[in-house]
Amino acid sequence: MASVTYENVTKRFAGDTVAVHDLSLQVKDTEFMVLVGPSGCGKSTALRMLAGLEDITEGEIKIGDRIVNDVPPRDRDIAMVFQSYALYPHMSVYDNMAFGLKMRGTDRSEIDRRVRDAARILELDPLLKRKPRQLSGGQRQRVALGRAIVREPQVFLLDEPLSNLDAKLRVQTRIELQKQHRALHATFIYVTHDQVEAMTMGDRIAVMKDGILQQVAPPREIYDHPANIYVAGFIGSPTMNFVPVTVHEKAAKASGFEIELPRAVNVEKGILGIRPEALTERPREGHPGLELKVEVVEVLGSDQFLYGTCGSDTMTARVEPQMKVEVGDRVRLGIDPRQFHLFDVETEKALL
Amino acid sequence: MTAEAAARVGVSHTARFSPAWVAERLQGAVLHVAVISLTVAWMVPAAGLLISSFRHFTDINQSGWWTALAPPYNFTLENYVQVLQSSNMGQSLFNSFMITIPATLIPVTIAAFAAYAFAWMKFPGRDWIFLALVGLLAVPLQLSFIPVLKVFVSIGLVVQNWGFVGVWLAHTGYGLPFSIYLLANFFRALPSDLFESAEIDGAGTLTVFFRIVLPLSVPAIASLVIFQFLWIWNDLLVALIYVGGTKSVAPLTVTLANLTNSLGQGYNLLTAAAFISMLVPLIVFLSLQRYFVRGILAGSVKG
Repeated sequence: MASVTYENVTKRFAGDTVAVHDLSLQVKDTEFMVLVGPSGCGKSTALRMLAGLEDITEGEIKIGDRIVNDVPPRDRDIAMVFQSYALYPHMSVYDNMAFGLKMRGTDRSEIDRRVRDAARILELDPLLKRKPRQLSGGQRQRVALGRAIVREPQVFLLDEPLSNLDAKLRVQTRIELQKQHRALHATFIYVTHDQVEAMTMGDRIAVMKDGILQQVAPPREIYDHPANIYVAGFIGSPTMNFVPVTVHEKAAKASGFEIELPRAVNVEKGILGIRPEALTERPREGHPGLELKVEVVEVLGSDQFLYGTCGSDTMTARVEPQMKVEVGDRVRLGIDPRQFHLFDVETEKALL
Repeated sequence: MTAEAAARVGVSHTARFSPAWVAERLQGAVLHVAVISLTVAWMVPAAGLLISSFRHFTDINQSGWWTALAPPYNFTLENYVQVLQSSNMGQSLFNSFMITIPATLIPVTIAAFAAYAFAWMKFPGRDWIFLALVGLLAVPLQLSFIPVLKVFVSIGLVVQNWGFVGVWLAHTGYGLPFSIYLLANFFRALPSDLFESAEIDGAGTLTVFFRIVLPLSVPAIASLVIFQFLWIWNDLLVALIYVGGTKSVAPLTVTLANLTNSLGQGYNLLTAAAFISMLVPLIVFLSLQRYFVRGILAGSVKG
């Protein structure tokens, strides 16, 4: 098992496209690190550089204490699960899992032991003789994971391994993966564009955008203390409300309401960030509040989302599903004073 | 009103025989007629040849092959017996195999390696070399006869010294551009994830080629083998140039061509000989056909 270190890593493709810009990231031993961001943000490229499938333009990548820039993929002691699974279609499940070990000249009885162990863990024993085309999507995904597990690598790399599964299976496999991570006691680096996967699985999350690392922190901290507007908007669903405000000492004034900041900030304008659940249907005495003109109501059973406007700003609120709201209503909502953020207009960085 | 619309309204008699309905039926019928008549057009000469090959020489000269279909039946195996016994057919058949099998296996083997390199390895000038190779497809092979033969003669690579090696080499050269082109395109279509996965699994270039690329390319290689085999088996020109008509080395095609010359009007023998020579490609085709398995890649990537 080992840590992984990116030191000022940059990847430029032909034509001067910068896929990853000056990435510095330390993944601790046995940590589950999630790289998350929209497609084209460089997260996959970062992973592929670690795997050795892409050259590193600048900087260094270390696995443990070893710089692996010039080490071929097979000698990096890593295993990768591909989004497409990349199973060998002409080989049985058993041979798919055994292939990597055979290539390394592992003893035949040892190969057999490891493959059968992995198959048992992943409940693949009855399928060992099947070909990939005879398996369902979820089973293929497990074979792909099994192929990584039998290698007993220092680091597991997972490139959007759940995105080809249907919604229900995705949730199951998500939980399964977390169990495996704990059981294997290995370092996992997991790439996804899905913020729910990131939040639920990661020990820490690294949010990327346009090749630049935005923030690295545990899920709770990313959610509660986003470093900038991008992270604040990317994590959380429905997305955070962003309202332009003018600031005077501790008072922030939006087009439709006013709020008192916990401390004075030295700007005249800012962007106020309020998560939908920070808007409560029961305004408390002395707490700030606002009036939402409701335009769309979505009832999800466990939640109810109100979309509307307050002054000239559009806002979303998450309220109890029992609350009776009609389109066109004006609803009085309270704002939880501990749950809002202020961002700088220019730098988009968090001020509060 | 279209036929579908008519069907939706409900099948009334006017709708059933409306112009659109008739047109649609006719379209299907026209297609069937066209396909069947094309098939018949292709089959008739072959059938005529087959029937003629079982007729007596005198009958062939006196009446058309279709008359043999009516009684009294007067078929014979004499033509086949005569061809196999007297006209050097056994030796020619053997020679044809001796030329065709190596001249199929050598270029396909080389092409597989080359195509893999063109498709998945990075080396300077790769695309330009490939382009030049594709350009070679357009060069008529007749252009090469004199220069290549001159070279062969000057280095002593002639039938008397080296047997069929010269013609193997020639066929290899003529077959390579198409073979490489076909296989490279097929290899390129294999999902790159497979190669990357194998690379991480620790497979080297050769292992990837033998353990991943070849097993997955069986359909492409099988079709290529059939193409190349048929082309060489049926080839007359190249064999005539590089091997010649000497009995001990002449392949089937050359011997067949000589049959008419030496026996004049004896095309009863020619028909039988032609069927003997057709037999082999037929067997090759039918035996390799089962490798054209569609969707051999199914299950590799995506769900």
